[in-house]
Amino acid sequence: MPWKGGTLRQFFRNSGHLIRLAAVLIAGLCVFLLIRTALIPKAFGKYGHYSPGALDVIRQRPVSYAGQDTCVMCHDGEAKERASGRHAHVACEACHGPQAAHANADDPSAHKPRLPDVANLCRRCHEKDAAKPAHFPQVVTAEHSGGAACNSCHQPHNPHL
Amino acid sequence: MAIPGVEGFMYPNEVELQWGLLIVLYPYITGLVAGAFILASLERVFKVEAVRPTYRLALLTALAFLLVAPLPLQLHLGHPERSMEMYLTPHTSSAMAMFGFVYLWYLTVVLLLEIWLEYRADIVHMARTSTGLKGLIYKALTLGSMNVSPASRVIDDKVGYAVTVIGIPSAFLLHGYVGFIFGSVKANPWWSTPLMPIVFLFSAMVSGIAGVMVLYMAVMKAKKMPIDMRCVDTIAKYLFYTFVIDFSLEMLDLVHRTYEADESFRSLNFMVHTRLWGSQVILQIFLCTLVPLALLASTQLFRIGEAKRRAMYLITGLLVLVGIFAMRWNVVIGGQLFSKSFLGYTSFKVQFAAREGLLTAIALMILPFAIFVALVKLLPPWPETTEAPGD
Repeated sequence: MPWKGGTLRQFFRNSGHLIRLAAVLIAGLCVFLLIRTALIPKAFGKYGHYSPGALDVIRQRPVSYAGQDTCVMCHDGEAKERASGRHAHVACEACHGPQAAHANADDPSAHKPRLPDVANLCRRCHEKDAAKPAHFPQVVTAEHSGGAACNSCHQPHNPHL
Repeated sequence: MAIPGVEGFMYPNEVELQWGLLIVLYPYITGLVAGAFILASLERVFKVEAVRPTYRLALLTALAFLLVAPLPLQLHLGHPERSMEMYLTPHTSSAMAMFGFVYLWYLTVVLLLEIWLEYRADIVHMARTSTGLKGLIYKALTLGSMNVSPASRVIDDKVGYAVTVIGIPSAFLLHGYVGFIFGSVKANPWWSTPLMPIVFLFSAMVSGIAGVMVLYMAVMKAKKMPIDMRCVDTIAKYLFYTFVIDFSLEMLDLVHRTYEADESFRSLNFMVHTRLWGSQVILQIFLCTLVPLALLASTQLFRIGEAKRRAMYLITGLLVLVGIFAMRWNVVIGGQLFSKSFLGYTSFKVQFAAREGLLTAIALMILPFAIFVALVKLLPPWPETTEAPGD
């Protein structure tokens, strides 16, 4: 043993550097714990493994979508046409994009939505794909229309020919 | 509409690979760390005196690579600044969130501690003899204790031994953990096997031992010092043993998969014969496993001259390093090339000058060597080239 024949004091003197090292490690650990305490939000873990304050941050973000009911309030012609066809369950903003800015504006015509890019929009759902149910209407667009836009034949709000 | 690079049917989120070249580097680098450390512990714990000349070299190699190990992950993250949160509010149910703790444990409690204890006498000696900034660095490293009496060195030796004994399972933990990350993905039949941590561990040992062997020969050559053939022969012998175990485990996995032939087999079999044929069968198995194994076996079986043996070890070491990289590639990339519907395959193209591109990967592989050179300057691994430490 290293302290054989010596005293405990000698042993401590000869392992002084290790005590210093332990002090450095403990100091490092304390600094880490202090930083941790300072950085973790107070109410962390109240409802789960997250900070409840994050919910307020999310709540403060502007709302992008107006909602189906808001669209119908003004565009009742399109709404009726849509409700009678196979797109009845596709929300307006699914194709036209988020329209809260348009709907909430004092003058909605100043925030006029852009018309969707039909060439790509329809394909997102109706391009032929083996993974889709067989009864779902789908075509190989390159062969189907010969490059013509979908809405030159189909009415998007009520897509019969 | 056909998507370029895709064959058959892929689910939409499978077309583009989420884990690219940098995630291949991550297990490769941590493997080198774990392997180098285990080689160092051969001398320390298992008293293999012949590998003594590489002991310090192996420790410094492990440290140089360990410092770089988290970088590929940081570069892969979309929000690297948030990675700190895994230390602050760790989620114990996430294996990935535990990496920080496994890493910190290994870095501070094992590697830095062992290096410090090993070099303490040298550090004290250099603190006494150096001046200026260098002297200040060494003085700080002594932690204010200049005691290098024989009694204190005996204590250091015992504590160092204990640290290495803790270090071996820690090195196993570090790299077993990386294998666990892949092996525990139950949705992916290419990864999901309990053998994964063990295969990763043994391949880590193989790459680390080969890495230190090549580095030792290169450093000796650069410093115009003689290569200790007894040392290299012993390392090669251990490399041979671990490589045989590693290869047997991988083949066991392969035979098991082939015999079990579950629902994923046809798809994986097709992938190995097409997309992975070059990188797995040709490169990993034939060129970088069977050839080095044959070379190592012949050095064990036949009497071969020193110069020839050196060349054979060098070729073996380099092939092994390429082979283990190919193994990581085949695991990480291979696991993302097939569809979980088993009906299609995608392809992977490495970008060049991108955040996760080839250029970054090359820089990340050069960085540990730069750190290694700096470490060698700070803590010379060859005590015989400097004056004897003052104890």
